Amino acid sequence: MSPLAGCLVVSALLFGIGLTGALLRRNAIIVLISIELMLNAANLNFLAFWRFGGSPEALNGMMFVVFSIGIAAAEAAVGLALIVAVYRHFKSTDLTVLDSLKG
Amino acid sequence: MSIEFVILAVVTVLAGLAAITLRNLVHCALCFAASLLGVAGLFLSIGAQFAGFVQVLVYVGAISILVVFAILLTRGAGNEEGKRFFGSPIVSAAIAVLLGGTLLTCVALSSFTDADARRSTATVRQVGEKLMTSHVLALEMIALLLTVALLGATTLAMPERKKP
Repeated sequence: MSPLAGCLVVSALLFGIGLTGALLRRNAIIVLISIELMLNAANLNFLAFWRFGGSPEALNGMMFVVFSIGIAAAEAAVGLALIVAVYRHFKSTDLTVLDSLKG
Repeated sequence: MSIEFVILAVVTVLAGLAAITLRNLVHCALCFAASLLGVAGLFLSIGAQFAGFVQVLVYVGAISILVVFAILLTRGAGNEEGKRFFGSPIVSAAIAVLLGGTLLTCVALSSFTDADARRSTATVRQVGEKLMTSHVLALEMIALLLTVALLGATTLAMPERKKP
């Protein structure tokens, strides 16, 4: 297997794991962890195609990953603050409890 | 494909799998940090030094600690002894496995022409020059975004004021 295909396989597995966690788990914090895993899989894809792709001297994939990590940091901070605020309101982080909008 | 890549890949995938299946939230957070470290190692092994270091600093250093703090602040929620998964886990798992299988099949069916002969890697100096010249607008915007996110997170996590 070529290095690019290896990176893509790891990335696909990581994305699948993240999606499984985001769909399956009832705890909001684990769902956020799963979303971060999916973001990491996407970053790995970017870097793999940058490194083994057409023009690695252009550094475009690397730039994208650096900015993506910055945005992920902001997203994690806001998401966890939301979870803490929700916990303060509902006294739970179980997603099945938070069904106020359910008809 | 080198042996260290295989080891890092196995560690990453297994730690990720443990992070979403374990019952104890603290164990989940620790496995999550291990998985992120594995991804940082993968970044370094394919020659992306700066991205690897940023990954260690931001993800392993900051985000996993933030997750641990969130677990600390939401303790005693009583969600540990109940069920871990939603009512219909088969459907969700089937969707995720279907998507992962599709991605893997696409990778297996594609033929890649690797440009592996060139071993030119991006040094931190090159990345810094690029950041300060052609991507300087994005850099400024991300600084603004991080400030806004910091203020927003602080405001959200503040205790609710009592209405008079």
